Amino acid sequence: MKKAWLAPLLSALFFALFVGVWYLATSAPSGGGAAPDMDPEYAALMGAQAQAGGQSAMPGPGEVAAKIWEHLSDPFYDRGTNDKGLGIQISYSIARVLGGYLLAALVAIPLGFVIGMSPLVYKALDPFIQILKPISPLAWMPLALYTIKDSGISAIFVIFICSLWPMLVNTAFGVASVRREWLNVARTLEVSPMRKAFLVILPAAAPTILTGMRISIGIAWLVIVAAEMLVGGTGIGYFVWNEWNNLSITNIITAILLIGLVGMLLDHILAWIARAISWRE
Amino acid sequence: MNASLAPVVTLRTQASGDLDDAPSLASASSAAKKGLTTMTTQPFLKVEGLKRQFPQPGKPDPAPVFEELHFGIERGQFVCVLGHSGCGKTTILNILAGLDEATDGHVIMDGREVRGPSLDRGVVFQGHALMPWLSALKNVEFAVRSRHPDWSAKQVREHAVKYLELVHLGHALDKKPAELSGGMKQRVGIARAFSIEPKMLLLDEPFGALDALTRGSIQDELIGIVEATQQTVFMITHDVDEAILLADRIVLMTNGPRAKIAEIVVNPLARPRVRETLHQQPAFYTLRNHLVDFLVKRSREFQPGPDWDPKHPPLVHPGQASQSA
Ligand SMILES: Nc1ncnc2c1ncn2[C@@H]1O[C@H](COP(=O)(O)OP(=O)(O)OP(=O)(O)O)[C@@H](O)[C@H]1O
Ligand SMILES: [Mg+2]
Repeated sequence: MKKAWLAPLLSALFFALFVGVWYLATSAPSGGGAAPDMDPEYAALMGAQAQAGGQSAMPGPGEVAAKIWEHLSDPFYDRGTNDKGLGIQISYSIARVLGGYLLAALVAIPLGFVIGMSPLVYKALDPFIQILKPISPLAWMPLALYTIKDSGISAIFVIFICSLWPMLVNTAFGVASVRREWLNVARTLEVSPMRKAFLVILPAAAPTILTGMRISIGIAWLVIVAAEMLVGGTGIGYFVWNEWNNLSITNIITAILLIGLVGMLLDHILAWIARAISWRE
Repeated sequence: MNASLAPVVTLRTQASGDLDDAPSLASASSAAKKGLTTMTTQPFLKVEGLKRQFPQPGKPDPAPVFEELHFGIERGQFVCVLGHSGCGKTTILNILAGLDEATDGHVIMDGREVRGPSLDRGVVFQGHALMPWLSALKNVEFAVRSRHPDWSAKQVREHAVKYLELVHLGHALDKKPAELSGGMKQRVGIARAFSIEPKMLLLDEPFGALDALTRGSIQDELIGIVEATQQTVFMITHDVDEAILLADRIVLMTNGPRAKIAEIVVNPLARPRVRETLHQQPAFYTLRNHLVDFLVKRSREFQPGPDWDPKHPPLVHPGQASQSA
């Protein structure tokens, strides 16, 4: 508490150090030193810029900053399929993540409730959950594309599948471990099953459920980039892939930063909700 | 489990509405019939031949925690159960509350057999069992709304506040349990149980976790409320002095397994009892020594004598008995 400014100062220092090293590494002062050593085929692959001379293909911090500024000043431009603003692309990704995630919550929380309340249902469904849970969500992609026949919806389905399990398992666990004494209080008060579910079990299990939801949103955000790289069309994942084909490393770095920022934001929102509904004994 | 609750409840209210029809109802067992026909001589609460066995893996017939328990509680009576840890006191209370089922025997309250929990019996649990996400007021309101689903929010609130003020918590209505001291939490639990105005109160060591000073002041509050409301109370305790201060009858249980009721002690001390002057009454030490002696020695070594009948455990009057014996 005493030196609250110390950590941010250190962060700023690390950042400056990182940018400095980055700058030195990419400014390539010894000019043509690298070019003669370069395999001509690789140089050809790397494109004209590399061929042209010693200039590193890796952009420096200045270029990236300029690019970020460019994107920030016009995030929502749309010049055809392969040239949309970063704002548009990230919005597509967020929409897909929220769509799949909310659908998963709609299925996982009620189902988790049933599983948590009934040891029989738990035992019956356990083998399925055990087998389905460790499957990489991307493995579902071909199956989804084949059955759904729509790449956008397939991506949402993949998000649905990957966010389902943490929420399901946590809800079931949270519901099953509601204190016996609170249930007994409800029983002695002859509380109806609905009131018991919403006023006793749900608030008691809410912190555990929220933990699952927070894990899920993290996974969903990890998966959406890969999924969009696969299905193409729109989204931040597709943007990264497209810029790789355009060999615009500056754009890729900008997109990577943005992905990190949005992921952090999503996590913070869930953490904030979790704090709001948590209770202390 | 709870789905089966609703029909039982409606049957109960029917039965209470028309007592003559009760025996013909499906829910009125032979036991209930007996309770109805002999109601004039039956106590308010009657426990008959209670036995509880917990299944143990690898043992087809494990020793019951207790067996052959018979006792009654009159309306308005305050009964304490005294016994060592593990003799099955909480188990008895759970059966009385309808939260647990006896292996054998039954409990009849007010002419009807106890089957499942009911708003007729308010329970104060061994741990306070408050819901930590609700404030003190909301915890009590939850109970009040369960009792009176048709009340307005204002009515519910006023009723809950009234009972919280009764335990002197009017200043802490909006505090969460985590912000309350142990004694305050226990008082919220008591207010919650009283707020549904049950026919009977079941208290499971409500003051067990409290320091002596807090314990004393809450005991005084409890005496006040019970005397004002003429509640029938069944209370579990470890504490001899607590039993002497509060109880009309003290049920002494032997150690488990196969715990029994060794005897029922009648408290000779007149009400109202005041803690500060209680020990000045001549009968106090006779009673206290009798109870302590039981806990220290006889609860362990108890052997039923030839005229000890579990159906009628001996009623002991320590003040007089010790003089005549
Ligand atoms: N659900 C259960 N399954 C198996 N055994 C149980 C169960 N509940 C209680 N018992 C056993 O029954 C006995 C009595 O338990 P109970 O909780 O009624 O004791 P108690 O008299 O209330 O003790 P304390 O004074 O410590 O609260 C104990 O030996 C306990 O191990
Ligand atoms: Mg107990």
